[in-house]
Amino acid sequence: MDVLGNYKSVISARSADKDIQKKAQDGGIVTTLFAYALEEGIIDGAIVAGPSDEPWKPKPMVVTTKEELLAAAGTRYTISPNLQLIKEATRSYGLDRVGIVGTPCQVQATRKCQLYPIGMRDVDDKIALVLGIYCMENLSYQALEAIVEDHCNQKMESVKKMDIGKGKFTVYTERGAVSQMPLKYIHKYVQPGCHVCLDYVANLADISTGSVGSPDGWSTVFVRSNKGNAVWDGAMAAGLFETKDMADVKPGLDLVKKLATEKITKNQKHVDERKSFGLKSDGTPKALRNPYETP
Amino acid sequence: MADKITIGELHLSGCTGCLVTLADNYEGLFKLLDDYAELVYALTLVDVRHVPEMDVCLVEGSCCLNDEISVEELKEARAKSAVLVAYGACAAYGNITRFCRGGQWNQPGQEAFVPISEVVDVDLYLPSCPPCPQAIRNIAVMAYLLLKGNDEQKQLATAYLKPLMQLAQRGNEACGCDLMYDVINQGLCMGCGTCAGTCPVRAITMEYGKPNVNRDLCIKCGACYSQCPRSWFNFDVMNNYEGIIDAINGAMK
Ligand SMILES: Cc1cc2nc3c(=O)[nH]c(=O)nc-3n(C[C@H](O)[C@H](O)[C@H](O)COP(=O)(O)OP(=O)(O)OC[C@H]3O[C@@H](n4cnc5c(N)ncnc54)[C@H](O)[C@@H]3O)c2cc1C
Ligand code: SF4
Ligand code: SF4
Ligand code: SF4
Repeated sequence: MDVLGNYKSVISARSADKDIQKKAQDGGIVTTLFAYALEEGIIDGAIVAGPSDEPWKPKPMVVTTKEELLAAAGTRYTISPNLQLIKEATRSYGLDRVGIVGTPCQVQATRKCQLYPIGMRDVDDKIALVLGIYCMENLSYQALEAIVEDHCNQKMESVKKMDIGKGKFTVYTERGAVSQMPLKYIHKYVQPGCHVCLDYVANLADISTGSVGSPDGWSTVFVRSNKGNAVWDGAMAAGLFETKDMADVKPGLDLVKKLATEKITKNQKHVDERKSFGLKSDGTPKALRNPYETP
Repeated sequence: MADKITIGELHLSGCTGCLVTLADNYEGLFKLLDDYAELVYALTLVDVRHVPEMDVCLVEGSCCLNDEISVEELKEARAKSAVLVAYGACAAYGNITRFCRGGQWNQPGQEAFVPISEVVDVDLYLPSCPPCPQAIRNIAVMAYLLLKGNDEQKQLATAYLKPLMQLAQRGNEACGCDLMYDVINQGLCMGCGTCAGTCPVRAITMEYGKPNVNRDLCIKCGACYSQCPRSWFNFDVMNNYEGIIDAINGAMK
């Protein structure tokens, strides 16, 4: 498989909905698609990273209205264990058609639950729409705090938006200040489990989206599965998105491909290095575990 | 009929919940029995008294070492089946019977219960308590393709079943601790929350993005580790998820 995964089409797009544009991280693709899918009955609820009682700490939640979707819009650069709710969504929440958004690893987890349901009874065919967001790496909450409060010198609760792009981690405060940290300092804060991750653009999602490749306020969208294709066509027909041909936007698909290649090459090297991490008494290497080869 | 594979279920120290899970495929079970598999042995459902020859034997429950018949039947099932499956957490990992220690009427001496791989070689694991109807359906379809399919289908089935066979090689101890030993301690956890979602007794909570196991709640079923995408993730199968889901749905139509 190509570093960008299988896809049917790739488009630069943004939501035509002004409310969504205001709250969303980029083009508001995720919020718009879920709102559309709810309205059309394609899903009857979605698992998203909603707000919690700590600033910028996401809380996985099942939402069923556009208002709740808007409250969960935007990126939180820290772990939101969305899969925690994937079975519960079909139990006490009573959903028959579940939508879920997640980073590439969470999309992988979702597909594993479908193909190899171990303790996930009646989940596989209730997963109705899987939206993936691109992800280079993620941070623990404490790491995010260190970046915002120490490196960027802002209080977590005063931050309105965080963004990674053009080599910088940027925080925008409610009162208009902008603070930045060069991304080259991020390495020690990255969640260790991210170093073995071989997926950048959520290859296994029905539709995946991210900011890279498209201008500010726009998103790059891969439409991948048959299901994704049907939903995307429906949303387009309903006039929910403005689009541009990917070939006409800057920096375009080449940058997406470059970043994906960089991530996968670097992490594949890390996976390989784990094979000879330690030393056996006979002088041969002792390996750490490789989930891509054996359990 | 001749084209079907033969399947049986050996019931050891189990609760029949695994067999109920098979039945919970509803009309899917009839489809399986109509087209793919002959149920040749299962004391709950079929009037066959002794362990027959089988292509696939699903073993439910752990084995009580203090009960001669259990040990004998398990060995007989091993000798008479091509593929022996530890069906459910008790057979694979001991599960709740790990906590047995004898001293109850009217067999106070029945105190030693082991996962079946302590007694016989096991080819494939299907962990969890209970296992999923969809998982046993998938395994039945894949076993059929493996034994009766064309080359391409055999290849698909082999790839699909491989991690479940590797799981049987990995060992027979399971616990929420596996998430520590083999995922977090190995630098592999990325905080997806699947483990917390899958645990049947809600022993796992996510604290700042990492699993925290209440080990006194854990019943040692092995679901959390097996379902974790960082226990195994076989790209050759997963990348083809759409095709495989369609193939299984197609087979069950
Ligand atoms: C850790 C992380 C790293 C990322 N890295 C990149 C990158 O390198 N390049 C790139 O182009 N894009 C990256 N993104 C994606 C990007 O930031 C946007 O999330 C994406 O473009 C969607 O924007 P939108 O306007 O369409 O979505 P919106 O309409 O704003 O909706 C975003 C959705 O994502 C969910 N969400 C927010 N935070 C999380 C989280 N931590 N985990 C799971 N779900 C969450 C929200 O609940 C919401 O439903 C990253 C996102 C995350 C969470
Ligand atoms: S880098 Fe990979 S493992 Fe880490 S959060 Fe992103 S998708 Fe998950
Ligand atoms: S399922 Fe695995 S990777 Fe996901 S949170 Fe649990 S231990 Fe970590
Ligand atoms: S923590 Fe839960 S899922 Fe994991 S082995 Fe224990 S009971 Fe099973």
